[in-house]
Amino acid sequence: MKIRKNDIRLALAVLAAALSLFGWQRYHYGKMTGNARVIVEREGEMLGNYPLAAEERLTFTDGQGRKNVMAIRDGQVSMEEADCPDKLCVKHKPIDRNGESIICLPHKLVIRIEGGEEEEVDVILR
Amino acid sequence: MIRKTAYMGLFLATALILSYVESLIPFYFGIPGVKLGLANLAVLFALYRYGWKEALLLNIMRVLLAGFLFGSLFTIIYSLAGAAASFAVMCILKRLGSFSIMGISMAGGVSHNVGQILVAYLVTQTPGVAFYLPILLAAGLITGLLIGMAAKKVLNLKGAFKNQ
Repeated sequence: MKIRKNDIRLALAVLAAALSLFGWQRYHYGKMTGNARVIVEREGEMLGNYPLAAEERLTFTDGQGRKNVMAIRDGQVSMEEADCPDKLCVKHKPIDRNGESIICLPHKLVIRIEGGEEEEVDVILR
Repeated sequence: MIRKTAYMGLFLATALILSYVESLIPFYFGIPGVKLGLANLAVLFALYRYGWKEALLLNIMRVLLAGFLFGSLFTIIYSLAGAAASFAVMCILKRLGSFSIMGISMAGGVSHNVGQILVAYLVTQTPGVAFYLPILLAAGLITGLLIGMAAKKVLNLKGAFKNQ
């Protein structure tokens, strides 16, 4: 039971898909100007919309009293506290790029960065 | 039959220990969902040594038990989704017969992560959960390969698990 040609084909296909998706994301979401927004949503419903450049520390509580504390600092967003069981959102690295998100699945809370206007110029040559 | 039941119990215990070991390793890259999937080693082993029915039973039992022991009801739903997606894909590919255990394990790792992203999307209704899809695809490939190589080693052990 050695590694077979089809195994390698499969691996290459998945890698190609991953790389092209990654490239597409970088192309579409990578370029940022200073006016990105931090959007907070629960089940698709918007709870808040703040500038990424702000300094904020906000608590979001759902109908059952479950809490998440979000902080925006130095152009980065992080989840500082949460009383969810897995705390994956708190362990998540701070986000600062367009399209990135921190998601607290147990509380269905989504924080994402959006709307950093894309730069008008493609390349600057010096 | 009795012997098989005993072995199935043994494999379930192994899967649970592997889940426990995995929960001890601080293997966290800042991106949810990137993990080794050690327990899949036992599932792969059962899939090859017995068949899909036995492996399915083992898979469901280990997700439920590991969920109650080390997680919550929420993590059970989440890991069931990953386990179901990965198991279905692995069974289909194994039936096709054109992949080795490494290829099957890689496909399992990748589809596990895709399944979890789909559930995350259903739960949050946010397409943004797909942002880490490229990283999770690559991670599933690598962890799947590692688990597949380990499973192959175990299956090749001479004299182990014979006469069942």
